[in-house]
Amino acid sequence: MSGPRPAPGFKNPIVNWIDYRLPLFTMMSKEYGQFPMPKNLNYFWNFGAIAMFMLVTMIVTGIVLAMNYTPHAAMAFDSVERITRDVNSGWLLRNLHMNGASFFFIAVYIHIFRGLYYGSYKQPRELLWMLGVLILLLMMATAFMGYVLPWGQMSFWGATVITNFFTAIPLVGDSITTWLWGGFAVDNPTLNRFFALHYLMPFVIAAVVVLHIAALHIHGSNNPLGIDPKGPQDTVPFNPYYTVKDVFGLLVFVAIYAVFVFWMPDALGHPDNYIPADPLVTPPHIVPEWYFLPFYAILRAVTFDIGIPGTDVVFITAKLGGVIAMFGAVALLFVLPWLDTHPVRSARFRPLYRLAFWGLVLACFALGYAGAHPPEGINVIIGQVATVYYFAFFLVILPLLSRIEKAKPLPASIADAVLSKGSCCAALVLALVLAAPAPAQAAESGAPLVHRVWPHQGVTGTFDRAALQRGFQVYKEVCSSCHSLKHLSYRNLTALGFSADEVKAIASNYTVMDGPNDEGEMFERPALPSDRFKSPFANANAARAANNGALPPDLSLIVKARAGHEDYIYSLLIGYEEAPADFTLNPGMSYNTVFPGHQIAMAAPLNPDGVSYADGTKASVDQMAQDVVQFLAWAGDPHLEERKRTGLAVMIFLVIFAGLMYAAKKKMWKDVH
Amino acid sequence: MSGNHGECCGGGQCHGETPAPKTDGQCCGGDEASRRDFIYLAGAGMGAVGAAAVAWPLINSMNPAADTLALATIEVDVSKIEAGQAITVMWRGAPVFIRRRTADEIAKAKEVDAQVETLRDKQLDADRVKKDDLLIVKGVCTHLGCVPQGQKPTDMRGEWGGWFCPCHGSAYDTSGRIMAGPAPTNLEVPPYSFISDTIVRIG
Repeated sequence: MSGPRPAPGFKNPIVNWIDYRLPLFTMMSKEYGQFPMPKNLNYFWNFGAIAMFMLVTMIVTGIVLAMNYTPHAAMAFDSVERITRDVNSGWLLRNLHMNGASFFFIAVYIHIFRGLYYGSYKQPRELLWMLGVLILLLMMATAFMGYVLPWGQMSFWGATVITNFFTAIPLVGDSITTWLWGGFAVDNPTLNRFFALHYLMPFVIAAVVVLHIAALHIHGSNNPLGIDPKGPQDTVPFNPYYTVKDVFGLLVFVAIYAVFVFWMPDALGHPDNYIPADPLVTPPHIVPEWYFLPFYAILRAVTFDIGIPGTDVVFITAKLGGVIAMFGAVALLFVLPWLDTHPVRSARFRPLYRLAFWGLVLACFALGYAGAHPPEGINVIIGQVATVYYFAFFLVILPLLSRIEKAKPLPASIADAVLSKGSCCAALVLALVLAAPAPAQAAESGAPLVHRVWPHQGVTGTFDRAALQRGFQVYKEVCSSCHSLKHLSYRNLTALGFSADEVKAIASNYTVMDGPNDEGEMFERPALPSDRFKSPFANANAARAANNGALPPDLSLIVKARAGHEDYIYSLLIGYEEAPADFTLNPGMSYNTVFPGHQIAMAAPLNPDGVSYADGTKASVDQMAQDVVQFLAWAGDPHLEERKRTGLAVMIFLVIFAGLMYAAKKKMWKDVH
Repeated sequence: MSGNHGECCGGGQCHGETPAPKTDGQCCGGDEASRRDFIYLAGAGMGAVGAAAVAWPLINSMNPAADTLALATIEVDVSKIEAGQAITVMWRGAPVFIRRRTADEIAKAKEVDAQVETLRDKQLDADRVKKDDLLIVKGVCTHLGCVPQGQKPTDMRGEWGGWFCPCHGSAYDTSGRIMAGPAPTNLEVPPYSFISDTIVRIG
């Protein structure tokens, strides 16, 4: 740009000085101050801003998490545990980040379906749409690699399965996969590069978002009517009308996000990911995160080779076919503007398209359901039918409707249209609510769990300190002869109500190895509060050798790492019975009602009066089981009380803030509608 | 009131102007404008409070974590250090010098005491040791954090026989006091106590 430039007209001289040289303020005022927005946008138009907010949240929390994370196969899992236990507010940052991924996808998926429903991808917004699909692809890659970083069982096996997609490529597939891994399996080099890329990709996404917004601001936002604004009477300036509306919508969204962060941080994850990665054992139900379930179902829907029927000639194996279908499902979105060439944008005026659209929503939920459940029986059929519909929607229905569908008459202008709202919004919201993520872990074989109301559960539940101390006694006198508790240090026991001196005394009962000393020798010394709980065995092999080949799991995360959580551990501890007459029990095994397969290597650990409680409580098996479960729940989630307390404060703040914004929005908009 | 507002600001006649709060005052009734100003201020205020509340955990997460703080105490056996010898131990990720001073070194420190008023960081030797023969200081130059030389007899110890920092030439005496060079203060004495005659707890 050359030639003289008129001085900008800002009141503040410093702003003027800067703006004359670098017109940032002029740009912001043009693009976010006066930018004309159709005045009939509904709340579905909030999700672009919400997605942007989530991207920033992910980047900010991710940066501080990365400062405490160790991308090494031997240390990654422990470093994540250290973040949640020892780093200041680390539990909060991690909960924000891991649930943030889900909420980022929720926002983006709603954003995409909104675009589909109202035809926002149509001329002249094709590039805008394609940039959006590119963002979705980048997000998928980023989320996948991020899920690998905690290096739990799901991380590891998710990484293994996803990278194995590439082995489906003929001829070069194996070489590509080896290259991706940097080895012969998913291992430390894989983790390292995934960490590097996981840190890089969000910034690439941010760059594409800039292009996405730049493209948006060329022709402006689409709107529920899908007709172009005809003049100023059809628009309102972005600020304050949509700033206030966006902020209100964002606060409602954040409030829902906060419910997950503060009260159910692991609801969207898998218990198996609290088991450290083990390259020798695949978990029985391996499922991706919920946001990948529909694509996962499409992958699994192709169960047959494609070739010449009746011969052995195969053109596309089932494996390759599944991978092609899955990538194709995303790739189709890129060419959507050329599949649907109907001149009318909004589904409001296209009854047939609207029907087909809701069919697609249904198909996506059906795919999600099929992806979440084991590929057996009806689940496979559901997945296949929904997959066929998904592809038919884009490849058959849209081109067909483009030719034959007669649209209802369009209103002359936005200002003329009677704004009928709510129906579709309500339907979509309802659909989302109904689709609350299906439990991915099918109930393990076994008797139903005994459900108890634990004092630390619920919105404001807190730990019962007396029960925790008794539970610690049970752990110390019974469990600790075989089970380690390696993520805890003796100093953590102050949270149970022990004084610093009591903790010191407890620690000093143990001897730990230290050194080397000046002579180069390792030596034993009494444990200090800063030492980790002493493990009963030097290493996993020693533990196996002493336990009939079975490895007693570390108990630090046992409550989080088992489906059924507290109830499962409790039911297991009280679930020892005589084996039924027709049951063949292997030597050295015990019969347990809830353990998968009913054969457990651990003999019934609790016996009546197995411990004598300091507080005089009668040590029945049930009492000890309850106590130790509460102790282990605390061990897995030591910041539970602080988490809920913080959550309450956050919710009160959000409700007041959202209420204020809603009042402001009502007032501001009452004369526009 | 609301009708007036509607015609003026919401209905389109004003469109093209920025209906930012300030222009509202010119455009609409003062009552309405002040109410809107209040909403803006309250909204911005809530946003600022929220941002600050979120910023703190992010910043605080970079402070030492609980396990780091828990390791802030070490115990050292000093019984095997002979007069004239020094050992270096690690405390909070940095060296701590423990020197068993000879009678000569103690005497030198007392000599410096005589001219304490001329020192940059005026401190008596007696205020820096708990037992005359055992000097415990952080081995971190107070200038810019290098580790001074002088732990080994072969090291350059500077003119005053204590330590000498090779980075920028700060010289310390046998009490770890800054005598020459750019360092602003004496070598820091860490908090420590004698658990027994031979064991010192630092931190």
